[in-house]
Order: sequence, then C-alpha cells, then structure tokens
Amino acid sequence: MKKTISSSRPGTTRRTLLKGLAALPAAMILATSSYAADVNTTGLSVTDDTVTVGILHSATGTMAISETGSIQAEKLAIEQINASGGVLGRQIKYIQEDGASDWPTFAEKAKKLLVQDKVAAIMGCWTSASRKAVLPVMEQYNGMLFYPTFYEGLEQSPNVIYTGQEATQQILKGIDWAKETKGAKKFFLLGSDYIWPRTSNKIARKHIEKLGLKVVGEEYYPLGHTQFNSVINKIKLKRPDVIFTTVVGGSNVAFYKQLNAAGIDLTKEKPLVLTLSVTEDEILGIGGENVEGLYASMKYFQSLPNDNNTAFVKAFKKRWGDDIVIGDVTQAAYLGPWLWKAAVEKAGSFDVDKIRKTLPGIELTTAPEGYVKVHPNHHLWSKSRIGHAKKDGQFKVVYESKELIEPNPFPKGYQ
Amino acid sequence: MLQTKLRSLAPKNDVVSFLILAAILLVALPILFDIFRLNLIGKYLTFAFVALGLVLSWGLGGILSLGQGIFFGLGGYAMAMFLKLEASNPENTQIQSTPGIPDFMDWNQLTELPWFWEPFHSFGFTLFAIIALPALFAYIIGAAMFKRRVGGVYFAIITQAIAAILTILIIGQQGFTGGVNGITDLRTLHGWDIRTDSAKYILYFINVMLLLATLVAAQYIRKSKLGRLLVAMRDSEDRVRFSGYDVANFKIFIFCIAGIFSSIGGAMFTLQVGFMSPSLIGIVPSIEMVIFAAVGGNLSIFGAIYGALIVNWAKTILSESYPELWLFAMGAMFIAVVLAFPKGLAGIYESYVQPWVDKKLKAIQDKKAKK
Repeated sequence: MKKTISSSRPGTTRRTLLKGLAALPAAMILATSSYAADVNTTGLSVTDDTVTVGILHSATGTMAISETGSIQAEKLAIEQINASGGVLGRQIKYIQEDGASDWPTFAEKAKKLLVQDKVAAIMGCWTSASRKAVLPVMEQYNGMLFYPTFYEGLEQSPNVIYTGQEATQQILKGIDWAKETKGAKKFFLLGSDYIWPRTSNKIARKHIEKLGLKVVGEEYYPLGHTQFNSVINKIKLKRPDVIFTTVVGGSNVAFYKQLNAAGIDLTKEKPLVLTLSVTEDEILGIGGENVEGLYASMKYFQSLPNDNNTAFVKAFKKRWGDDIVIGDVTQAAYLGPWLWKAAVEKAGSFDVDKIRKTLPGIELTTAPEGYVKVHPNHHLWSKSRIGHAKKDGQFKVVYESKELIEPNPFPKGYQ
Repeated sequence: MLQTKLRSLAPKNDVVSFLILAAILLVALPILFDIFRLNLIGKYLTFAFVALGLVLSWGLGGILSLGQGIFFGLGGYAMAMFLKLEASNPENTQIQSTPGIPDFMDWNQLTELPWFWEPFHSFGFTLFAIIALPALFAYIIGAAMFKRRVGGVYFAIITQAIAAILTILIIGQQGFTGGVNGITDLRTLHGWDIRTDSAKYILYFINVMLLLATLVAAQYIRKSKLGRLLVAMRDSEDRVRFSGYDVANFKIFIFCIAGIFSSIGGAMFTLQVGFMSPSLIGIVPSIEMVIFAAVGGNLSIFGAIYGALIVNWAKTILSESYPELWLFAMGAMFIAVVLAFPKGLAGIYESYVQPWVDKKLKAIQDKKAKK
C-alpha cells in the first residue's frame, strides 16, 4: 500500500494536468470552476469535478436506531447540493463508514477517512463518547467534523463544527418558559448517568436557583435502566411542578409507561414533564399514547410551520419513505453539508485551514429550523423552542424564543 | 543434555513456524503497508496477546474464561491513567475549574485527584501495575473458584458476570474513571509524542517484540511439565488429583498467566490507539476475544495470533466495504468456522497443508535418494 501511494503521485499530477487541459475551454466559459490544485493545497481528495467527504455514524449496534436519521439527512443534503451544481463546480462524493456503536471503531474509521481517503470534511458522530474518541484524530490530522447532536458543551475544538445546541441553549429558555407560562416553582431533575445529563442538570440547577426557584430532587440511573418505580414514588412524595428529564434511549420506554401506570397523566401537567431528550424519533419507540402532553425543549420539531421546513420534510419523505419522522438531530445533521458548502465557497478553497477562517459568520437562510449562523466558537446561533407532544407522535410548537440564542459552551457561573 | 532439552522445547516445526511468523510481522507487513494500516495491525495484534493467554488456559487447561476483557481492561486502564495524568498538566488544563486534574474529573465536579490515581504518576509503578494488577485479580478469582472446584460452564458464566460488573462500575463511577467515554485524548509518554507516525512505527515494533516474547513464554509453558500436567487435568482432572497434585494451584497459575498476557495486550492497545474505554471490557468484547482463539484454533499458539489478525482484518475490510451489512458476513464466517473446522485455522493447517507439505518434502527426498 505504501508503494502504491508513493508511485501514484506523479501519475495523479499528470492526470490532473491532462484533465485540467481538457477542462480549459469549460473553465473559460464557467468562471466559477477552477483547477483542483488551486482550491486544494493540502492534498485532499479533490479532482476537477468531484470532492469526497466522509459520513461516519453507527449503521449497526445499539446507536444505529438514533444515527440512521442523521445518515439519511446528510445523504439528502449532499444529493441536493449535487443537484444544484455541487460545491465550487464539483460534485460531492461520499464515503460512508460504520462506527458500529463502538468508540474505538469511530476513532479508527475517522483516521481512515482522513489519512487514507483524504476526505475534505466528515459529517458524523452522535454520542459524546464517539466524539471524544474522534476528537484527537481530527485535531492531529487537521480534519473538519460536523457534529449534529445537542450535547453538554464544555468543548470547543478548532476541528469541529457543532450544529446541534449546546446545553445552555437548550435549557435556560425552557426553564424560563416553565416559570413564566406555567408558574412552576419546584423542579425534580432526572437523568441517565453519563456526562450529558449530569452537565445539563448542573446548568439547570444553577439557573433554577438563580431564578429563586427550588430543586426538590436530582437522580441518575444507568444507561438502559428500566425500573423507575422507586423514583416515581419519590416524585409523588416531593410533589414537584416540573419533572425535568434527560433520560436517554431505551430507558424512556420504561419511564413513560411506568409514569402512566403510576397514575401520572402527562396531559394534566401535575406535574408537567419537560424533556431534553425525547424527539420524534424516540416517540416512535415509546408510543405516542404514552407521551401525549409531554413538553420537549429543543431547536427543531418536524411540525415547525415555515416554508423551508415544509420543503425539507417533503424532500425527506420523498427520498426516504412516507412514514419516516424527523427529529431535532436529523435536522442538525442536514445542516452540516450545507454549512460546509457555504464555507468552502466563501473561502474559494477546500483547505481546512481556510474554511476554518470563513466558517464563523456563515449563515443559512434556508435551514429547516429557520435561520442559523455560525458563532466564532464553532457552535450555531439558534432559537429555543418548546414542543407539546400529541398522540400521533408529533409536537405542536407552543413557544419560540424571539431572538437567536447565543451559544455559550463554557457558561460562566454555571460550572 | 542441553541440546535434547532445547529440542524438546522447540521442535523443528515450531521453530520454522516461529521464524515465518516473525518474518511476516517484522518484515513483510511493515514493507507492505503504510503506517495507517500498520497501526491498525498493531491494534489487532494486541488482541493476539489475549488469544495466546486463552490458548494456554482454555486450549491447554480447559478453563474457558469469557471475561478476558477484564484483564485487557486492567492493563489498558493502568496505561491510560498514566498517560492521562501526563496529558493533564496545569498548562493544558487551564480552562478547567481545577487545573491539573484530568478533564473528565473536572466535568464531574471533582476538585482533587482521587488517591488511587496518585501512584500512576510514576511510569515504573504503572508498568508494575500492568503485570501485578491482573495477576492479583486473577489470583483472587481463581482461588475463589478453583479451590471450591468450580469449573467448566459455571466458571465461564462467573467470569462473564465479573466482566459485566466491572463495566458497570467503570461507567457508573465516571468522575473517577471517565465513564462511558473512557479515558481519551492521550498525548505523550515521558514527553515523547505517541501520536506521530514515527512513534507509531516504534510502538508497532515494540508490540511485535513483546508478542514474540510472550509467544516464547507460552511455548515454554506448553512444553514444560506444567503444560503436560495441564493437558492431563483438562482430560481427566480426577486422575491428576488422585496422583497427588494440587489441581487448583495449577489452574490458578495458568489463569493468572492468561490474565497477565491480556493485560500486556491492553496496555499496548492504549499506547497504539490513544485511548481506553469500557467498551473493550464488557461481555461482547470478551466473547470476541474467545472467538479469535477459536478461529485460530484453541490448541495452537500460532493459530491464536493468526486468528486475532485475520478476524480483525476481516472486520475492518468488511465494514469498510459494506457499512450496513458487514455484521452478517462476520456472523456467517464464525458459524462456518465453528461448524466446518472445529479446530480452527490450525486444524485446517494440520489436516490439509501439513500433510501436503510433508508429502512434497518426502517426494523430493526420495528423488534425491534415487540419484
């Protein structure tokens, strides 16, 4: 393999040159297209008419159910960009790798995409654990990762664009809303036991106390836990106004069913349940009848009433089937290729160092969630929204912040 | 005297196999592959340590452990703790509330280094721990089980349960262990950057040399009186016991050796991959490690190494080509191997390749004799 790489080098340049010559007349007509060597000085996989990016999610294993939506969104975005003329006149090709819900595999595949395939960018990762595993690889080989999941913050890498919300964007407005509209005074914090729920609840607790309200309980359960009866009893005893939950994955099915069985009717809102971790995707597994009346605080819901979103939902269903649902992360994953395209075109180059300079300030007016803009800290300005779950598994948007919320991955006073 | 002893320790066939393996690992693979692939091969070979240990304890001794990930993890975490402490110097961790402690501790509101992390500031202690921790742990498990004459399936289930418990413990105590994320972002070893290409070459060769040394140790055990006793125990435990041997002690010993081998593999894994996580300890990876030994042939120390190499290689290649279907192909491969070749690759070699080679050799010799 070593041999083929070194011997192929002169070959490629010759080929590029020939192709370049062939493309000369076209280039004279289309001022937009340019030689591969000009737009790519760092040896990325860019030819005169194609550019390669990587898609790195779990297609197998426990996370596949969550990450499939992201894969579909990224493929759709890439196909749409290609149909509209590509990036700098080049069609995007993608290489998909399977992280297999296994963090070392994520690191291995990220390295393969960067070192061997020389991809210009990677759309990928879902869990914080996979991102943490991939991060040193991205920084060492100077790649650019577009990471779609809402997450705990406390991170800001020059080699990652975070297209989901960081914790403060998701939490603060949600709590304000519960206080102002619902008159909530007492909160019970409940989460799965890992870094995201713990950090989220840390931020939530500080904010609740800052508002002069009270946290009456804070509990964590291992990932995959299915026995919530004891905590439900505790909740009944403490009588909070809001159960604020960050329970993830399969545990949710057990949690909401047991809530119902214990006689807590979500539609009565006594207490009301506010979640950061149940999207339309999760409701498919939990069952709409079990979460009717649930409130979710995130930036995107499939039912969002705007023209961008109507077009996006239509295109998504056309591509991937009518009974598909679109959750918050899926939409954030869809933004990745579009943000990258905009940054590349502004830089006039695929070089990672150059797009890093142009990425801050990039805005998308066509985003399904509305308008987004990249902050210099590599997160997105976005709105906070509250959705009210209906029986059919969709959310009705009941609140939307007026202004875009500034991303603040290292919140002072919340740590 | 010495010569005959040497010969009994290393029959001609084994010497040839050893030289071929050394040539493949030290010469052929580094020439054929670029550093990215070579680093991956290095990663696969860390599992060969575990498979080697399994050949001794399972193939030879009949002790099937479904929890070798425990020991792989102990070695891996010991090395990761040392590297993480070095990476978490106060300059690198300025933005934290408490600079100078690993980042995940800071996220979990810890304000000082837990006591059991302190000794891992020392590289000497870390190396000692990589050998001593698994030995101690294996001794405790072994003594508790074998002295009570627990064996076979029950032992396998208990080791599996311990692997599950350890995973839950590590994930649950995330402030002390890094939780489900593992210990990530490891950078230097005594100031030597382990992420560079040249470091990866050096680590690969260290890994191979250690593996070959482990192989020699395994061969020594296999050919020694102890090795023969183990086989005797596997086939008829009671007879060995009635002959006056303390069966439990031999079992404990070989289980400790298998644990130490795994632990060395784990430490080399951390060095070459750059992080350690609980996903390498639990039930699934532990069973995978048994599969490496089974595919290679659970009686053959060479088979174990080729098994670990080939299965992992197939895993990488298949998942690169068919990201959504590769698990089915892997499953089919395991079923095929177990059904058709219960003795694994080594079995195929022994029943097909070896006789063929012998026949050819004999034909050549006969020809020479005629002339």
